[in-house]
Amino acid sequence: MSRSILRTVAIPLVAVVLGLLIGAVLILSQNASPSTAYTALVVGGLGDADAVLRTLQKATPLIFGGLAVAFAFKAGMFNIGGQGQLLIGAVFAAGVGFGIDGLPMVVHLPLALLAGAVAGAIWGGLAGTLKATTGAHEVIVTIMLNFVAGNLTDWLSANPWKDNSGNNIVARTPLVEDSATIPTLGAVPVGFLLAVAAAATCWLVLERTTYGFEVRSVGHNRNAAQYSGIRVGWIMASTMAVAGMLAALGGAVESLGVDGRFEAGVNVGLGFEGITIALLARANPLGVIPAALLVGLMEAGASRMQFKAGVAPELIDVIQALILFFVAAPIIIRWLLRMRHDTSEQLQLGAGWGKS
Amino acid sequence: MKPQQRQLLYAGLAVMLVIIWLFYSANGPQTTAVLAGTVRAATLLALGAMCGMIGERSGVVNIGIEGQFLLSAFAAFTIASMTGSLFMGTLAGIGMGLMMGWMLAAMAVGLKVDQIIAGTVLNIAALGLTSFFYDRSRSLGMGKYTNIDLGPLADIPLVGTVFFSRPPLTYLTMALLFVVHIALFRSVWGMRTRAIGEHPGAADTVGIDVLRLRYLNVTLAGGLAGLGGSYLALEAVGTFSRAMSGGRGFLALAVMIFGRRTPFGAYAAALFFGFTTALQNQFQLNNTFDIPPQFVGMLPFVVTIIVVALSGLVGSMRDPAALGQNYEKG
Repeated sequence: MSRSILRTVAIPLVAVVLGLLIGAVLILSQNASPSTAYTALVVGGLGDADAVLRTLQKATPLIFGGLAVAFAFKAGMFNIGGQGQLLIGAVFAAGVGFGIDGLPMVVHLPLALLAGAVAGAIWGGLAGTLKATTGAHEVIVTIMLNFVAGNLTDWLSANPWKDNSGNNIVARTPLVEDSATIPTLGAVPVGFLLAVAAAATCWLVLERTTYGFEVRSVGHNRNAAQYSGIRVGWIMASTMAVAGMLAALGGAVESLGVDGRFEAGVNVGLGFEGITIALLARANPLGVIPAALLVGLMEAGASRMQFKAGVAPELIDVIQALILFFVAAPIIIRWLLRMRHDTSEQLQLGAGWGKS
Repeated sequence: MKPQQRQLLYAGLAVMLVIIWLFYSANGPQTTAVLAGTVRAATLLALGAMCGMIGERSGVVNIGIEGQFLLSAFAAFTIASMTGSLFMGTLAGIGMGLMMGWMLAAMAVGLKVDQIIAGTVLNIAALGLTSFFYDRSRSLGMGKYTNIDLGPLADIPLVGTVFFSRPPLTYLTMALLFVVHIALFRSVWGMRTRAIGEHPGAADTVGIDVLRLRYLNVTLAGGLAGLGGSYLALEAVGTFSRAMSGGRGFLALAVMIFGRRTPFGAYAAALFFGFTTALQNQFQLNNTFDIPPQFVGMLPFVVTIIVVALSGLVGSMRDPAALGQNYEKG
């Protein structure tokens, strides 16, 4: 392993260790045993084929969500709209999934995924377009769009697309057709493979294409990019559209591969975890995969941890916040590791709400 | 404000008063309920907006108000429930807010973490911690803060009920509007605060310790958000529930921008946003119109998007020049 890769990996790794250590203190404060709890966590996430399947299923939307943040990051934008984009993707994929029948799987499944992806691209692109045309800060706009998406998907699943079978009173769509259901290969959900492919594609686009170069130029220095003839507005709008599409695919895979339908309230919070993943991966599309696997494993094992050690599963959220803190403030870890200061490692997004 | 804008503002106010009067004569109780709900919803937003304003005037974006609300509400509720004293709970909420403000300052000012990321860390941490430590069996045995009538003022029809028969933290918030306004625009502290937000380099040259003042301001501002958390748990709702801040920490940022980072401007904006919330609740209660509640629920957020987009277009709504930039002593 070269020295630079070691440096890149060191901070997230130490951040995870520190997060788990402080988590252990919290477990002790609840009069439980950290070793029992963490053993249960790992067994619950890796112990058998079912556990592995769970971990990969949990990791899938996290990869998509992490990519959605990382991709926008490359253009110097912070996409906190993963939650809304995910919901929009989930509901529209489910809509096509249950709304059309009689299609063969090779047509129906891609169509349902596409519906989710396009809806998400529009949703994310809206924030990017507003940023490019009016200077409205994407952080505020995407947060607001999260709430709008929450209300919109609630309404869709409670009114026009409601599951009216039996005496269902829950806001949810009917089950999607078999021809739109994402299959599982042994312990590997196909959705996970899609996520890995998406990560690889993102890396290729960003590192090996002209478009990717333009995106990174805008991220490094917007003014310099403008002067060199890059259409900054277009890059910002399209980057957010791609980001929205990625998060939405995560939601679509949830609907078509895990839940089998869209149900209001089921995916709440999932879209925000992409932020942790992207920061843990230091906005590297390939780094998103191990980061998502790690968090996916914790989430898959959380219920076993509660069952075996009596520790509330929300501990996972606290550990995630701690990891995020240590990754965002690497100065602490650098001091621990006696590493030299390197400003290029600091993630920087920049300023104000109005002008760009 | 330009004279034309001022005239426009007064005209708008007059029209609004006439409309309110018309509604009040048509349906008194309902109008009173909506307007009281407006003030109730505006209080939290105004506190959050003042917290954000002091940070931004000093050049620090605080996107963690949502988390500050949530964790302070949790602290206020837990301590009030343990001690049986709403006052102790309120103090605990303010204390927790100050601590979170200090955390934000430590990250954003001390460790020079990107300010947006630092705020996001607060939000995620608050959600995780409050969910982890939440104890469902807890409750406020003594109930929440109750209304206090301000003597004869409370007997004025409509206005009395809406503004002068409120619980204590609402009055405190209204008083704080004046305090923050005077502090920001009429005191040495305020002048220095605005200086480090506009041109930290120049402020440094004349001997202002930029980093120390930012540290202080972001921490103190956290106390305002902490009061907001106390208000939420002990006055508005009377209990704690998971993620109870419900996005209002973010709305407060929009309120702050809309109010041009001034306390009274923010309060006016907060009343407007509060009005949409109160209207939504009223709609849901009595099904006046055949609009699905989800669409009414979207209203404040859609309005925020429009406001933020317009504030980018309208040049007069200018950000402090050094907003979001960490200051490195040259």
